[in-house]
This record gives sequence, structure tokens and C-alpha cells, in this order.
Amino acid sequence: MATLHTKSAARAMMAPAVIVLLIWMIVPLAMTLYFSTLNYTLYNPFSTPFVGFENYSYFLTDPTFLAALANTLVLVLGVLAITVGGGILIALLLDQDFYGVNIVRLLVIAPFFVMPTVAALVWKNMMMNPVYGVIGQLLQSIGLAPIDWMTDVPLLSIVIIVAWQWLPFATLILLTALQSLSMDQKEAAEMDGAKALSIFWYITLPHMSRAITVVILIQTIFLLSIYAEILVTTQGGPGSQSTNITYLVAQQATSYGDIGAASAGGIVAVILANIVAIFLVRLIGKNLDA
Amino acid sequence: MGQIHLEKVRKAFGDVVIIPELDLQIEDGEFVVFVGPSGCGKSTLLRLIAGLEDVTGGKIVIDGKDATTLPPAKRGLAMVFQSYALYPHMSVRKNIAFPLKMAGMDKAEIDKRVDYAAKTLNLDNYIDRRPGQLSGGQRQRVAIGRAIVREPEAFLFDEPLSNLDAALRVGMRLEISELHQRLKTTMIYVTHDQVEAMTMADKIVVLRAGNIEQVGSPLELYLHPRNTFVAGFIGSPKMNLLGGNEAAKYQAATMGVRPEHIRLSTADGAWKGTVKVSEHLGSDTFLHVESPVHDEPLTVRAGGEFPVHAGDVVYLTPEPDKVHRFDDKGLAMKGNGRAIG
Repeated sequence: MATLHTKSAARAMMAPAVIVLLIWMIVPLAMTLYFSTLNYTLYNPFSTPFVGFENYSYFLTDPTFLAALANTLVLVLGVLAITVGGGILIALLLDQDFYGVNIVRLLVIAPFFVMPTVAALVWKNMMMNPVYGVIGQLLQSIGLAPIDWMTDVPLLSIVIIVAWQWLPFATLILLTALQSLSMDQKEAAEMDGAKALSIFWYITLPHMSRAITVVILIQTIFLLSIYAEILVTTQGGPGSQSTNITYLVAQQATSYGDIGAASAGGIVAVILANIVAIFLVRLIGKNLDA
Repeated sequence: MGQIHLEKVRKAFGDVVIIPELDLQIEDGEFVVFVGPSGCGKSTLLRLIAGLEDVTGGKIVIDGKDATTLPPAKRGLAMVFQSYALYPHMSVRKNIAFPLKMAGMDKAEIDKRVDYAAKTLNLDNYIDRRPGQLSGGQRQRVAIGRAIVREPEAFLFDEPLSNLDAALRVGMRLEISELHQRLKTTMIYVTHDQVEAMTMADKIVVLRAGNIEQVGSPLELYLHPRNTFVAGFIGSPKMNLLGGNEAAKYQAATMGVRPEHIRLSTADGAWKGTVKVSEHLGSDTFLHVESPVHDEPLTVRAGGEFPVHAGDVVYLTPEPDKVHRFDDKGLAMKGNGRAIG
């Protein structure tokens, strides 16, 4: 009896919070769903006739859509590869004992605190600018032609900038995992005749698998919605070479004033994100068990 | 094959000397136990032999070959860690197979050896489980299995039983002794528990502060401790060590008598005392007796049941031919001396 009463009391107490959260989520989602069925443009916001799935077919058949989808995948996978790979290497390095390791650790984490727009602008103007950027200067000093990053390799530039921002996060998570590996296991492996590379492959890497899973899951969620970095650097261009789904959706609203198409795109993005999430959880989520 | 000779081995971490120069001969097939209180350098000594630590000076010779600078894997030794150090993401089979896989052995041979080891250690039923799903004793066996498949020159055990509960510890102690009987391989075993040392060892090495206090068979150490430290460390309960007047009666600076070598009486005897604590185990009775002859309570063991309780007056008489005598440096003196009075 007591538990029954406690349960209903608890439900009543929790209800306000749950309801507020639900409204918070449901209202924007419902409005997006509703707008996606209207011919709603900012040029004529007073006439919004119902058009059914027309916005969806418009968005999905847009040739830019497939390009944006491919770009999104390249962006996510590219950044994941760099941050996980680089994160493991830097974590291994920072796990060593050397003079000033604490200061180095702090410095490595620093990029994470830089705002995305600021980071992107710094990279665009101070690093990657072909005339006065640091990379261009370096290339010129050894007699090579500078690269016009934002024009010639826009997507790679975005990948580099975003990877730079997320590398500290990956490094931090992986470093903590690495530090929890007991010395005994490494010594046992050493006694068992494992060389440094084998110890890494058979002992260290499996030990870090859970942390790697966490890094991949969290980063994927954020990387699917990269926007600011593209906005302040390439603006999705040249053409649509660096446009991802998020940027494409935003473009529908900001550049073309087409709220209906943008809403449809938003729903498509939500569905895609869920497919990716289910895929990821199925694929690597089992690492989180036990 | 499994001779290990340490010649003038020294180990220091910076200015802190853990092991001053030390010589030790370990013969093939011996079961050698390093025993000593915490921080006496016994584990460090084992790690030096294993190659997990580098010596600061001296030589380690294994089977006639200088192994001082060889990496651990090349020394032909296998180690069982206190924490077992199993690989948590691998099944029992993979754990045991790991050293063979690293040696590049072919799959069929690996399977054969792993199956054999699993059978000897009663691990057949758990072979596909992970270490996390095993009990302490089973994990311990996996760790031993991982050591024996390599067919090493010698086994090194670093306090392997200290994480087990008391009952299991006794069982595993027997199993390790049996394993030694069967394999006849050199084993070096580190423990702080003198009971483990006494029951398992062919040869005990008593260490204190990195120095070898005495090397000998368990009985040698029990019967002829070289100094007061060994006398107090080997034997359970501890030997009673008395100075002053009582020792003077034996012409010694310190006289020692083990609890089991004191005659107990409620009527008369050499030392009068009051029982402070009595422990009745049925098979034995241990008494802690406060007596004017010594500042600390004396420990006495009586075989069987001895019906006295706290507060009772008892008389103690050391058996004269079982008394140990030590000089003012704490070193053992020959003979039993002559009791006066």
C-alpha cells in the first residue's frame, strides 16, 4: 500500500516538470511538422495554403540534397576519424610522465573553450588565408605555392577546423580511460612477451573501447548539426561543395525565405539523425554494457 | 633448468635504497619463499628478478646466462600477480593463450596447451567466461594457468593469495604446493604471511629492509633463528623475547622461548602471572599472560583445552632445552646456556 501511494504521489510531483519538458519538445516539433505541409514563404507570409508533401518532394529532389547528405557524412566521418585517431595518439603521449605535463594537458584542452564562430574565423583568416595565413606563409617559405583552402578544398577545411575543436574533447575522455588502465596488466602482458605495439593492440585499445564509443556517440550527435563553422567560412560554397544538411535546411529559410521547405528539411534531418543513432547504438552500443 | 643467482644486486630509487647489496642462490626446482614485513623489499626483489624493474647494480644470472639487462619476456620466467592482472576483455581461453600467441605459436599447439592447462586447473567449465564472471579463486587459477602454459624456467608469485578469503587461501596453498610437486619447476613466492612460508617453502628467505636476515629450510629457521628478528617473525604465535634479568639467567642479552615451549601450570612454576586473554580453540589454548618478568604479555600455548580464564593466576616454566639465547647485537648464541635458579 505504502509503495502504491508513494508512487502516485511521486507521479503527481513529477508531472509539472514532465509536462513542461514535453511541451517544450512537442510544440516546436508539431509546428515544424505543420509548417512542412504549408506553402509558407517569408515573401508572402499571410497566404500559407496547405500543400501536403510537396515541400518534402521539393527538398528531397533538390540535387543539392544528395550533395549535402554526402558532405554531412564526409564531415562526420572525417572529423570522427581525426579526433578518435589523433585523440588516442595525444592521450598516449599525455599519459607519459614528462616535465611540464600538467601545463601541456591544460594547453591541449584549451581549444574546446573557444567558441565555434571564433575558432572558424581564426582558422579562416589567420591560418588558412592564402595571402597572410600561417599555413600559406609556411608553404611559401619552403618554396611551395600557398593553398586557397576555402576555395579549393572547402569541405576539407571545415573538417580540419571542426576536428581541431573536438580533438581536445576526445583526448580528454580517452586520457582518463588510459589512466585507469592498471599497471599490472601492462606488466603481465610484458611478461607474456608482448611488444609495445601488441600491448597497445591487445590490452590498451580494448581497455579504451568504452571511452571510444562514448566519444563517437557524443561527437556524432554534435557533428550532424555543424552550422556556425560553415556560415562564417565558406557559407556552404563554392556552389554546394561544403553544404551539409543542417546548412541546407537553414539556407531554405534564410536565403530563400521558404519556411515550408526548411521545415520539411528539418523533419528529414531529424529522421536521418535517428537512423544514424539507431545504427550507432546497434553497432557500438554493446560496448557500453557490462 | 631454473637456477637463479643474484650477485651483489642493488636497487635504489633515487637516494632511497630499497635493497643494499644482496647475494642469493636459488637452485633448480626449489620452492623459495621471500618473506618479511611490509616494505622489506621482497616484492621489489621479485620484480628485479622478473625484469620489471632494472637493477641499480649487480648481476642476475639465470641458468648460467647473465640476464641483468634482458627484457622480462626473454628471461623465461612467468609471474602471477597479486591482483591476478587478467585481461578483462578476453575470455579465460584467450587469457591463457595470450603468452603463446605472443610467442607466435601455431593455433593447434596453443589449443592443445590451453586445454591441458585448463584441465589441470579445473577450469574447463569456465573456459569461455570472462574474468569478471569468475570468483577470486577461479581468477587465481586462470592467472596460474596463464603462467604454466609457457612452461617457464621458473614461476614468480607476488603475494598471490592475499586477495582470497581465509578458507580459499588454505585450499590454494595446497594447490600451489601440489603444482610444484608435479611440475618440479623453480618457484619463487613472495608473501608477508609466515604460515604460507612455513607450509610451502623448501627454502625461506627472510628479508628486512632489503637485507637478507636468514636463508634456510622452514625447520632450520624455526629451530635455529639467526637473530631476534627471525626468531620473532617465524613461528605463530610469536616467540616471547625477554631481556634483563631473565635473559641474564641464561647469560644472554635476550632470551627467547616459543609459546609452545612453555609449561603451563596452575600450581607452581618459574614465572607467576595473571591471564589477560584466553583463547580456547579446542585443539589448542592460547593464553596472554601478564607477568612481572616482562613488560608485555607473554604468549603461551597449551595443547588441547586448558581450563583457565581471564584473571586466573597461572605459573609458566620455559623448557630449558628449547630456550633461544641472543647476544647484545641480537644475534643467536650457541647452546642453551645454563639456567641459574
